[in-house]
Amino acid sequence: MSWAIQNLFWAPLAPFLAAGLIAIARRQQRSYAAALAVGAMTISLFVSVAALVTVLRAHPQTAPYREYFNFVWFQLGDGALQLGWVLDPLTALMSVMVSLVGLAIFVYSIGYMAHDENFTRFFCFMSLFAGAMLGLVIANSLLLLFICWELVGVSSYLLIGFWHQRPAAAAAAKKAFITTRIGDMGFLLGMVWLYSETGTLLFYNGGKGCLEAGALGRVVSGLTIGGMAVSTAIALLIFCGAIGKSGQLPLHVWLPDAMEGPTPVSALIHAATMVAAGVFLVARLFPLFAATSGGPAILATPLQVVTWVGSLTAVFAALIAVAQTDIKRILAYSTVSQLGFMMMGIGVGGFAVGIFHLITHAFFKALLFLGAGSVIHGCNGQQDIRFMGGLRRFMPLTFATYAIGMMALAGVPLFFSGFWSKDEILHSALKYSEVSQWPFFLGLFGALLTAFYMTRQMCYVFFGQYRGAEKAGGAHPHESPPVMTVPLIVLSVGAVMLGFLGTPAWPWFDSWLTGHHARLDWGALFEKHTLSVMALSAATVAAGIAQAWWLYGKRLPANPETKDILEEAFPRLFNLLRRKLFVDEFYEATLIRLNRWAAIVCDTFDRFVWQGIVMLAAYTIIGVSWLGRFTDDYIVNGGFNGGCETIRKGGGWMSTLQSGNVQSWLRTIGLALAALVIYLSWA
Amino acid sequence: MTPLPYYLVLSSLLFIIGLAGAITRRNAIIVLIGIELMLNAANLNFIAFWRHGVSGQGNAGLMFALFSIAIAAAEVAVGLALIIAIYRHRKTLDLNRVNSLKG
Repeated sequence: MSWAIQNLFWAPLAPFLAAGLIAIARRQQRSYAAALAVGAMTISLFVSVAALVTVLRAHPQTAPYREYFNFVWFQLGDGALQLGWVLDPLTALMSVMVSLVGLAIFVYSIGYMAHDENFTRFFCFMSLFAGAMLGLVIANSLLLLFICWELVGVSSYLLIGFWHQRPAAAAAAKKAFITTRIGDMGFLLGMVWLYSETGTLLFYNGGKGCLEAGALGRVVSGLTIGGMAVSTAIALLIFCGAIGKSGQLPLHVWLPDAMEGPTPVSALIHAATMVAAGVFLVARLFPLFAATSGGPAILATPLQVVTWVGSLTAVFAALIAVAQTDIKRILAYSTVSQLGFMMMGIGVGGFAVGIFHLITHAFFKALLFLGAGSVIHGCNGQQDIRFMGGLRRFMPLTFATYAIGMMALAGVPLFFSGFWSKDEILHSALKYSEVSQWPFFLGLFGALLTAFYMTRQMCYVFFGQYRGAEKAGGAHPHESPPVMTVPLIVLSVGAVMLGFLGTPAWPWFDSWLTGHHARLDWGALFEKHTLSVMALSAATVAAGIAQAWWLYGKRLPANPETKDILEEAFPRLFNLLRRKLFVDEFYEATLIRLNRWAAIVCDTFDRFVWQGIVMLAAYTIIGVSWLGRFTDDYIVNGGFNGGCETIRKGGGWMSTLQSGNVQSWLRTIGLALAALVIYLSWA
Repeated sequence: MTPLPYYLVLSSLLFIIGLAGAITRRNAIIVLIGIELMLNAANLNFIAFWRHGVSGQGNAGLMFALFSIAIAAAEVAVGLALIIAIYRHRKTLDLNRVNSLKG
């Protein structure tokens, strides 16, 4: 066993320990808390990098490198519940990504949260979150993954509601928790079903794990309701969890509201890590999702569902993002949309495609969120892009890094990572045309919208003139301190460089994840479709950017109250999009109303039926006890009391004889003697 | 010889005087004297009945009287000792105030 696998558990454990230590620290120990959290993340990063190096050093030719360490958690009768961790390319990559982005965000938070009085609590929650996320990534057991999954959910609840004094933040935290729980219910059911079918929850266990051929063969051959394979049913149930966590349709509603949390939280949780957990789950369980009893994996029902949910989400969320005015909400909808792209990528092209986009997205979206945080920090807490403008001059560093992030997200050709990862998805979607052409067109449309709304946001925020002076009381925006800008620069390097790991000419990333050896082949660039897809996606992006620039770049309003240009042209459509296509209202009118009615019915039932029965029983018992008391009081007690009273009286009367007066006794003796004499003389 | 009833009347008188004294007086010493009177009334009876009974039947009556006198002497000694002890303890000889046996 290598050093890396033996010590991999330190990656999640270090942040957990830090969270525990910070939890018992006093509120004033701010630098202590920050040092602990950052130190723990550094340890995690070190361990993760060591793991990555171990995986990179191995050169397997056919199957991906994989090592695991299992141990018995507890014994249940004959069976044992086993947990463990696994080291393979997916784990190594995800843990490096999580700890690197996490470290950058931790450092950034020191600056961003500097004025918050609950600084230590913040770092406690952040460390808890990072530990849970790393545990999720290295887990070799669906149960361990689920435990960490729920820990991630809890810490996300704590962090979204970090400013719980604000009603909106408290409500958003509740909404996030409950919405994801709906999906987790499916996950739990799927997990239990999987355990009952295969008898193990370990992924890999020397041929006995649930993702290995033996167990998969069993679940594929079993049939359940409607002729569906058991594996399909289990995969779909588990996918419910991924839908909730990754904000896919129809459970995406919590993600934009979660922007009520502090901005580093939005960057860490809602861009790079937590929402990626759903995609990671599908990637980890890819053998289960792709299991078919025959035919190509691409036709497996669960993967088709993943594809459709992903592509619809990608377009749906991008449409909504076009009409938003809150800088973080735009990014939130963009995240939902990009997560849809990842799901679609996994569905059409295998998990490596989706994970590649996940990794690149983690970097540029964390960069964008931190940039947005810097903007908000510089504009004294203003989040509405209508009150910004012209920040290019005030915050040059933020502007430069934000522009890199924006171009990466939009997919500007050749030099930005987002282009390559999105291109790979589109390429796979084109190959998918044998099954359906829709994902490809939906993907293209999503890419167009992405370029459009990001350019719109850039124009509103950084170009034109500053429109917020009046509201901010004349204060001018300022550049953020280095502790906040340095992480931006680090992340923007990642946002550019990562793309070159997965170009069509050198598909190293894809090969590495699936365990093949990548060759540099310039010829692949000129194969059929490859260039045309690249050109098509580049043209789409160009069209999106150009249109947005033409609409917003040149004619920016000088007044924050001016209506959006699209709003003037299509007021009804724009309003529909601004109100998020009324999904929240729809849920309010249907599910929540149904829930409320059910609650009222239950309440009535409780109040009048159950309570009636309970009251009847209670009154019966009260009556019986009253009778008992009556008997006691008047019959039993009366008898005893009477007897006692008589005895007491008798005793009292007798005691008067014992006067202690010797002469009276003598008198009695005399009288008795006289009586005796009289009696004797008579007889 | 003086007939028997005279003796009996005398002894009854003695007994009743003794009894009356023992019952009515408060002073413990007088009560003791009353008790002695009653004892001696009984002794008188013994002697009288012995003298007027069937003659020649030994001297049982005389012996009774002698014993009774001896016992009375011992009893007086005990009684007087008790009275002194009570007086030392209570500083009084009023029997109405010596009632610690009251129930």
